[in-house]
Amino acid sequence: MGERVDVRKTYKLFIGGAWPRSESGRSYEVMSADGKFIANAARASRKDLRDAVAAARKAWPKWAGLTAYNRGQILYRVGEVMESRRAELIHEVERAEQDQGRHRPDPAESQVDEAIDTWVWYAGLTDKLAYMAGGLNPVAGPYFNISVPEPTGVAGIVCPERPSLGGSCARLAAALCGGNAVVAVASEKHPLPAITMSECFATSDLPPGVANILTGHKEELVPVLAAHGDVDAIDVTGVASKDLETVEAAAAANVKRIVRAGAAGQTRPDRRTQPARSPYEATAFMEIKTVWHPKGA
Amino acid sequence: MPTWDYAPAPESTDIVSIRDTYGLFIGGEWVEPTSKHYSKTINPATEEVLAAVSVAGEQDVERAVEGARKAFGTWSAIRPADRAKYLFRIARVMQERARELAVLETMNGGKPIRESRDVDVPLAAAHFFYYAGWADKLEYAFPGRRAEPLGVAAQVIPWNFPLLMLAWKIAPALAAGNTVVLKPAETTPLTALMWATICEEVELPPGVVNIVTGAGATGAALVRHPDLDKVAFTGSTEVGKEIQRAIAGTKVHLTLELGGKAANIVFEDAALDQAVEGVVNGIFFNQGHVCCAGSRLLVQESVAERLLGKLKRRLGTLRLGDPLDKNTDIGAINSRAQLDKIKSLVDSGVDEGADMYQAPCELPAQGFWFPPTVFTGVSQSHRIATEEIFGPVLSVLTFRTPQEAIDKANNTPYGLSAGVWTEKGSRILWMADRLRAGVVWANTFNRFDPASAFGGYKESGFGREGGPQGLSSYLRLTEP
Amino acid sequence: MVQTAPSPLSGVVVEEAGGAVDAVGLEARAAALATRSIKRDSKLWALDLAIRCCDLTTLEGSDSPGKIAALASKALRPAPTDPSIPHVAALCIYPSLVPPAVDALSGTDVKVASVATAFPSGQAPLEARLEEVRYAVFAGADEVDIVISRGAFLAGGEVAVFEEVQASKEAAGAAHLKVILEIGELGSYDRIRRASLIAMSAGADFIKTSTGKIPQASSLPACLVMAEAIRDFSDATGRTVGLKVAGGIRSAKDAIRYLVIMHETLGPEWLTADLFRIGASSLLNDLLMQIDKQRTGNYSDPDRYTLD
Repeated sequence: MGERVDVRKTYKLFIGGAWPRSESGRSYEVMSADGKFIANAARASRKDLRDAVAAARKAWPKWAGLTAYNRGQILYRVGEVMESRRAELIHEVERAEQDQGRHRPDPAESQVDEAIDTWVWYAGLTDKLAYMAGGLNPVAGPYFNISVPEPTGVAGIVCPERPSLGGSCARLAAALCGGNAVVAVASEKHPLPAITMSECFATSDLPPGVANILTGHKEELVPVLAAHGDVDAIDVTGVASKDLETVEAAAAANVKRIVRAGAAGQTRPDRRTQPARSPYEATAFMEIKTVWHPKGA
Repeated sequence: MPTWDYAPAPESTDIVSIRDTYGLFIGGEWVEPTSKHYSKTINPATEEVLAAVSVAGEQDVERAVEGARKAFGTWSAIRPADRAKYLFRIARVMQERARELAVLETMNGGKPIRESRDVDVPLAAAHFFYYAGWADKLEYAFPGRRAEPLGVAAQVIPWNFPLLMLAWKIAPALAAGNTVVLKPAETTPLTALMWATICEEVELPPGVVNIVTGAGATGAALVRHPDLDKVAFTGSTEVGKEIQRAIAGTKVHLTLELGGKAANIVFEDAALDQAVEGVVNGIFFNQGHVCCAGSRLLVQESVAERLLGKLKRRLGTLRLGDPLDKNTDIGAINSRAQLDKIKSLVDSGVDEGADMYQAPCELPAQGFWFPPTVFTGVSQSHRIATEEIFGPVLSVLTFRTPQEAIDKANNTPYGLSAGVWTEKGSRILWMADRLRAGVVWANTFNRFDPASAFGGYKESGFGREGGPQGLSSYLRLTEP
Repeated sequence: MVQTAPSPLSGVVVEEAGGAVDAVGLEARAAALATRSIKRDSKLWALDLAIRCCDLTTLEGSDSPGKIAALASKALRPAPTDPSIPHVAALCIYPSLVPPAVDALSGTDVKVASVATAFPSGQAPLEARLEEVRYAVFAGADEVDIVISRGAFLAGGEVAVFEEVQASKEAAGAAHLKVILEIGELGSYDRIRRASLIAMSAGADFIKTSTGKIPQASSLPACLVMAEAIRDFSDATGRTVGLKVAGGIRSAKDAIRYLVIMHETLGPEWLTADLFRIGASSLLNDLLMQIDKQRTGNYSDPDRYTLD
């Protein structure tokens, strides 16, 4: 009897809580860091992206309408589910990023642990953002005046190439925390950990459509995301420096908010280190609403 | 005319297993009290004995504080994110064991199962979840300050919301990096003791939480212990003042959450049916055993008759009886002692000339019960208008103008909460500005949330629980 | 000298002040009432009452005399094999189906209720709407379920709504008038209360939540606010008006929740088909299933209950 023949996972897109193949029927080869074939990943088209944005927009009101406590519990559960799949995620990350040669990446274990802890960290932030970013304003008149942070809406996220899991976790958690819905373009070279992460979303009470993940060629997808009229913010953390100007210019078509990891006063994180965790990462995806009301008997 | 009697719908007690005897929970272990003294704890609805609980003496208190001090070294040094994780674990297990906790809370305290199940337990779990999220974010809670734990906190809690008060005390203390010695109330120790088993389940480092049961003497010994950094007390104003005297001149940080005599103010333009619900909830929720209870109804004279008509009718639909019955609205009074206090104040109300109304109500033969009661024709100088009754008794006074309502509402040494019922937004805000109370509820009442600071003005105490404000009393804030 | 005419609305019970309804407080009260645990005998009693209060309804374009005959049979004997099951209160149908309904039900205690006034939208000239009422009554309907003009109401036409209901009551003659508010279109609970008071002041025998023809169906808070309006109207005028809930009520559990609201807001006097109705179609079989479950302790099989 020979060795058992394994059943290999098909990596598809994650849209509206399901895993469709690209409507274009295309895929591309995903190689490990030391050049071996791992799997084919779906190569998303502009139509897939359009569908993902529609799914996010549809799911957004419900997500934004949950209490902050509720959102916190759901994000915590994402952490719980990822923890229970820790070994699998370590394997994915190792396979993707382990290279024998030039760089010395963080060990896969610490990347996965940090990624899980990121979900836990942002889970505990949801019902504290209002305190941190909002508050009562002592205006000079008999008026009650309050500022509250609210989610921007649908956030497009271009995930950093590396860390392949930690990077996408940090950006997605920051956007979801404040009540946004997300369409993320995963790391192009190392897309598989993000798809496995999406399986954790689907089993964690995150409503379908709140988070959507596309794999494929950034040069094909990012311009469409940047110009899409129904996307409210774009996170350019994973956009190559040479492309930033074009992307930001396209985003101006509907006055998108440009968001970038570490933009709130911290230095731009090194690609090989973990992106920053901070309330400012979450508030970058939020708007401030100020309400007035007179005070009088 | 048809009648529809709801059949008994008792919640099963099978889910709970109560030990015959409980030791003290010190240093992560169950230990016998030094005196070998135990005291029986009962179900106030049936007077049935539930268990024997340790009476902690001075030596036990000494051990507990020592245990907390030892554990403080480790607990304050572990990564804040890890402290957070223990608290998250606790919150999640409390949700898993929610039914068990709710049933035990009702059995030991007398409150309706619907309240323990729908209010007390979910809120208690939420407090742990909320403060878990702060543990590793303290640098964002106090701009410009470095936040460090105080050390060992002694916490004494009352019998009206035993598990919830435990959560209000322990969650922020632990999130801030302190260790604690908690004394539950004499008549309601069981949910705290069950909660200690949750600490074991989540493998909380030993000594971080210590639970010493006992009565007034145990509490007095605890708060006077020389090696404390913090004392937190919720209970009567009288005992609060004693504690404040006892720690005077020491370096102990103190917070007090004491009594109240809140005014629930209804204007003529209020949404009347919802105001009635708010008044009923304000004074009859938890049988009126609530420090922030709306025990004085201040109703604008122009709408008084109409409101009182609706209120009296509504009293007729309140169901008093077996707290374990899912349809019960009014449960048992927590103890004979409390029942006697209520009766004595109610008698004073009658003697002083107020008009008493009670909907006809059958009181069970065993246990401690008092029917929902409304006094009209009350004036400010009546004892039932000035003293905290802590029972299902409402005193009704009238007013004519907003300023008069303010004056009457504030005319008390207490200042814990107030209610305002009006559809006019600007008036809500104007009233809120002028009410000397730590919590103002507008068009609602008895709403609590871990994110929302709660605490009193004046003799209702000082310090806040809930919100980031609730953290500051467990922290030393220094220059960064 | 200037003379002012009396307001046409002077017959309406006008609030002394406001008449506001706090939505959060109302919904919390309705939710609390929904936690009542109705078990055993009290549950059987409620299920039996719910059947007796059912207006078994069919309001489809495809309704025909054959359909009516079948439904009438179900209305008389909901469970052919179980004679302990009572008949429903009424059959509720479109005006053109009144003749076959009357044929099937005359001499029985099941009433014929007809919708009218350009149900469900109400968007037709007043005279045409009143003519429908007269037609239905002439054809033998015992009860008429009319709709108010939501468009007029939302545009501030309270007087028009009042007068239309009055005119419909007159056209209905001896037949009982149920007035459908279509709560899902009114936009706020304040408006539902206001519409309730106007309809009752204009002579409604019943006020009814919904047509069942729009997605926003009946709801427990809407029932509660209407019940409170009925109670206040009764206190002010001495006249007791009934309440019919309709639209989206499919489960016995829902039906019992509505009964609890009636019981604890209006009192046991309203727990009769004379003052409470549930407009429903698939509900009836669920009531039968729950009765069987209550009696035998086992969950039953849908095929045991007839589809008519």
